[in-house]
Amino acid sequence: MAGANWKNIGPLANIPVQGARRLCLKHMGRPVAVFRTSANEIFALVDECPHKKGPLSEGIVAGRTVTCPLHSWVIGLEDGMAVAPDEGCAQSISVRLIGGDIYIHLPEAASAA
Amino acid sequence: MNMIADPRKHLVVVGNGMAGMRTVEELLKLEGAGRYRITVFGAEPHPNYNRIMLSSVLAGDKTVDEIVINPREWYQQNGIGLVTGDAVAGIHRGDRSIATASGRVVPYDKLLIATGSRPLAPPIPGLGLPGVCAFRDIADVDKMLAAARTHKRAVVIGGGLLGLEAAWGLKQRGMSVALVHLMPTLMERQLDAPSGQMLQRDLDRRGIAFFTNGQTEEITGTERAEGVQLADGRFIPADLVVLAIGIRPNIELAKIAQLDVNRGIIVTDDMCTSDPDIFAVGECVEHRGQTFGLVAPLWDQAKVCAARLAGDGEAAFQSRALATSLKITGIDVFSAGALMAADESDDEITLRDDARGLYKKIVLRESRLVGAVLYGDVGDGQWYLQLMRDKTDIGALRERLVFGRAFAEAGGIAPAGPDFAAMPDDMQICGCNGVCKGVIVNAIREKHLTSLSEVRAHTKASASCGQCTGQVEALLAFAAGAAARPAKRTVCDCTEASHDEVRQGIRDQKLKSMDAVRAAFGWSKPEGCAKCRPALNYYLLCAWPQEYRDDARSRFVNERVHANIQKDGTYSVIPRMWGGLTSAKELRAIADVADKFNIPTVKVTGGQRIDLLGVKKHDLPGVWDELGKAGMVSGHAYAKGLRTVKTCVGSEWCRFGTQDSTGLGVKLEKMCWGSWTPHKVKLAVSGCPRNCAEATIKDLGVVCVEAGYDILVGGNGGVDVRVTDPLVRVATEREVLELTGAFLQLYREEAHYLERTAPWIARVGIAYVKKRVVEDADGRAALHARFLDSQRFAQIDPWTERVMGVDAYEFAPLPELAGA
Repeated sequence: MAGANWKNIGPLANIPVQGARRLCLKHMGRPVAVFRTSANEIFALVDECPHKKGPLSEGIVAGRTVTCPLHSWVIGLEDGMAVAPDEGCAQSISVRLIGGDIYIHLPEAASAA
Repeated sequence: MNMIADPRKHLVVVGNGMAGMRTVEELLKLEGAGRYRITVFGAEPHPNYNRIMLSSVLAGDKTVDEIVINPREWYQQNGIGLVTGDAVAGIHRGDRSIATASGRVVPYDKLLIATGSRPLAPPIPGLGLPGVCAFRDIADVDKMLAAARTHKRAVVIGGGLLGLEAAWGLKQRGMSVALVHLMPTLMERQLDAPSGQMLQRDLDRRGIAFFTNGQTEEITGTERAEGVQLADGRFIPADLVVLAIGIRPNIELAKIAQLDVNRGIIVTDDMCTSDPDIFAVGECVEHRGQTFGLVAPLWDQAKVCAARLAGDGEAAFQSRALATSLKITGIDVFSAGALMAADESDDEITLRDDARGLYKKIVLRESRLVGAVLYGDVGDGQWYLQLMRDKTDIGALRERLVFGRAFAEAGGIAPAGPDFAAMPDDMQICGCNGVCKGVIVNAIREKHLTSLSEVRAHTKASASCGQCTGQVEALLAFAAGAAARPAKRTVCDCTEASHDEVRQGIRDQKLKSMDAVRAAFGWSKPEGCAKCRPALNYYLLCAWPQEYRDDARSRFVNERVHANIQKDGTYSVIPRMWGGLTSAKELRAIADVADKFNIPTVKVTGGQRIDLLGVKKHDLPGVWDELGKAGMVSGHAYAKGLRTVKTCVGSEWCRFGTQDSTGLGVKLEKMCWGSWTPHKVKLAVSGCPRNCAEATIKDLGVVCVEAGYDILVGGNGGVDVRVTDPLVRVATEREVLELTGAFLQLYREEAHYLERTAPWIARVGIAYVKKRVVEDADGRAALHARFLDSQRFAQIDPWTERVMGVDAYEFAPLPELAGA
């Protein structure tokens, strides 16, 4: 179904509930994190906090947010926007769940790290 | 200055100290102040500062700036002329003027002498040597601090209030300190022999060496002070000698001006000297044969003097019963009135508990309380003082009086905490500033005060020595109610519940999951947040060690992956080294692992272990596997749990060692490893009071002595350095282990998440901790048993588990599915 730009990164079960994994694949040379909420929703963001590039994949996931482990910025998983009063944005990346596997949209040119 | 243009009278104040400036402050509050323009002369180059806090500056608890009472701007704002660093040298009563050392002549209409006191110096050789100083002003403190930076040994001469505070401050600054005292017991003017001995014992445990019955004959030395020679032949080497044997009123000026003087400048009840235009206040005065060294009567004098200056013809100074307290952290002393029965018609009642370090003595005369000496627990001091001042008939309370206010007033049933509603308005809260409950409550209500600093600013309560801060805060909460800041401290923004309420709910309602806790307390976010989740996870784990399953998703990254994340995203790995012991085999394995995984940095830590820094995340299980093969397990250097047990070599090798400190350290670590706690916990065992393992800045430290083991708790070596409080001395290792388990369990069960032992003990009080783990043997055994029970489930090495494949997804990035 998916074009060449959609990469299969394996089954949902590979990601812990209320958790995240960093991918081997990169986006424009930058690390990528895929998140799974308690409601089994999937989101992907560039794995860098807009504040000091902290690894969001290591943060605590609550609802549709993740808290950066370095300085506790709270980032929305849907759009990558920091929750006020902090300001900033981690780039959001498209993901889909198809037949139990997760597909992430990383264009070839972009994913070549 | 143009005298003719200014119709106001000129008030000249000689002395820029606490008594003089308090008089000016009191005067400014009065309408009659308008009749004066004021000029203040101070011999010291500083603005007005709180001299009683010098010991806190010396001990490093405060800076000089923090003890300034009125900065230079205050003088400007109030139109007061301030001349510092130019002492007044003479008073010409004939033409009503003063002359300064630099030769300026200033006329006055009214003169206030507040020249304070001078340190007494014994008539001995060597006083002029460099390295000898008094403990009186900022310049003295500067000298002492300079000496502490470059020299090692200090001798303080004088075992009164001032000498003890000087000795403690120098000890805090890292000097080895000896104290010479002429009398057989310390603070003999404020303490009787038993309490003086308890004080000496506690300070001796803290490392101050005492030479009582010591008459100083000479301070020896050629270039600078080298030692103190006592008359009985004892000699104490010293680089710094501090004289603190007492003070005498500074009456030189008054003498030259031919005012009536005796020991001090003689004043009548209106604070006026023998010249009706000259007033005097403070330590320089003598009133009805009495001179003054404590701050409370100075404030009373200031009030009376200001009222008289403002035209009040009635105000009169009356000497009241006074109380003394000592400013040494963790040592509580209170003394007021008579130290002992004057004759057979007086009664003494004493209560003494050596194990708890408690002593109370009250002296009764004809159904009135006339004296109280308290050591160890001084909470009732102000109450006793009030009973003395009011000359209350204590006949009905007599049998219960010595047990304290709560017990006495409740007819033998102790209520919890002070009952502010029942407290009379004239009950004194702040002894330094003489502020009563009613004044504080009125200020809070009328001016809508909501913080401690505002209450201090408006009433001065707790603004001097600070010992009544807790009571003032409690009073603020009582009077301002919900408006009082800080507002209730909730676990996080998801809830209105406090840490204590949540912990109690978990226990009482048997809540066994985070969802159950959040439902019971009405959390606003169903999944909580990054602040409450780790706290709830810990509270549940602590309450239900067998049933509750740890939630890795509610742990901070370090505790989830069992290594410390570094700023470049690599990790550090610290294997456990029991009691700081290692072996050739372990070191070889560490070397091999560093080579195999190209680990760039290998460092010895402050906790006597080895840190492998710069390990890539995906290498962690491999590193742990290699270390595990050599018998090493996680050092939990990333955990809110037991970190290290630091030891010295002890009696096995050291010629000073009194016990096997290393062996005891290993036993403690074997008992405690793996435990989760509200915050990190560090232990240490020193084999002798030289304390090479730095046990006095640990969460729990053991200092071995010939007679057994001193257990110390609540120390911290971080930003806010805090020295431990002594918990108890025990005779056997078995007792050390039981007390340690009980103490840690109490901390685990009652502290707030992310609260170290130091602030926890500061919050609940060492007396409470002693009550739970020292005095209550059954309670202690139960705490210890609960600790051991919880350890059954906690002592699983997380590294071994992960080498076996637990949470494998944590350590490898997710690949693109092959062939997709």
